[in-house]
Amino acid sequence: MQISVKYFASMREHMGCAEQKIEVSESLLTVEGLWHGYLSEGALPANTLVAVNMEYCDLSAVIKSGDEVAFFPPVTGG
Amino acid sequence: MRWLFFRRLPGGNMNVVIKSQPFDPYAALGRYQSSLRAGSYGAMVSFVGVMRDFNEDESVSAMTLEHYPGMTEKEIERVCQEALNRYQIDDFLVVHRVGDITPNEPIVLVAVWSAHRRAAFDGCREIINELKQRAPFWKREQCERGLCWVSDNTQDPILKKV
Repeated sequence: MQISVKYFASMREHMGCAEQKIEVSESLLTVEGLWHGYLSEGALPANTLVAVNMEYCDLSAVIKSGDEVAFFPPVTGG
Repeated sequence: MRWLFFRRLPGGNMNVVIKSQPFDPYAALGRYQSSLRAGSYGAMVSFVGVMRDFNEDESVSAMTLEHYPGMTEKEIERVCQEALNRYQIDDFLVVHRVGDITPNEPIVLVAVWSAHRRAAFDGCREIINELKQRAPFWKREQCERGLCWVSDNTQDPILKKV
């Protein structure tokens, strides 16, 4: 299945790109599994927030084909 | 799902607006209010956030506000819907800047209309506080040390006491 991954702000700089399309083989994959299995060999930076399909979720959320997963630092708007 | 009841706003106005160019919050407020039915509200409370030229004892000459297009609007709408369900709010308007901003430019406008002042004050406070904690925006300041990501938002002093 294909997953779209987006990075914002300091996470984009940390990862060196704004967006990736990832082809994954597992049918039951969590956000944490996506990070460690496909995106980085390092730990997820502290305080990183995650959204799946533009809704906040935690690392145990299960992702499915076509999902958009975003990683970003604490927000600072307003 | 944190709310039980979904209350739709009348009129189909654009309540959440992301602007990439400078905007006049008072003109936006006046335009929006003129679209509301006269006599339908008894109180309006607004908050305008403006860019400072300092942050934590360091001078700041410019700022760039990045956002997550799509999620930003959805999350602000979720925040406003929760406030609508909690307080007797009749209508709201949120305008937020993105892009390059210089000191003294408005960053955000939150306006809330209600029959009574308490709901308007409470609703406006809740929307701006929740927006600052949840809406995916990121500030990057041009300060004396160079370009710096702002790492955290300040908390409402009233919330700190709780």
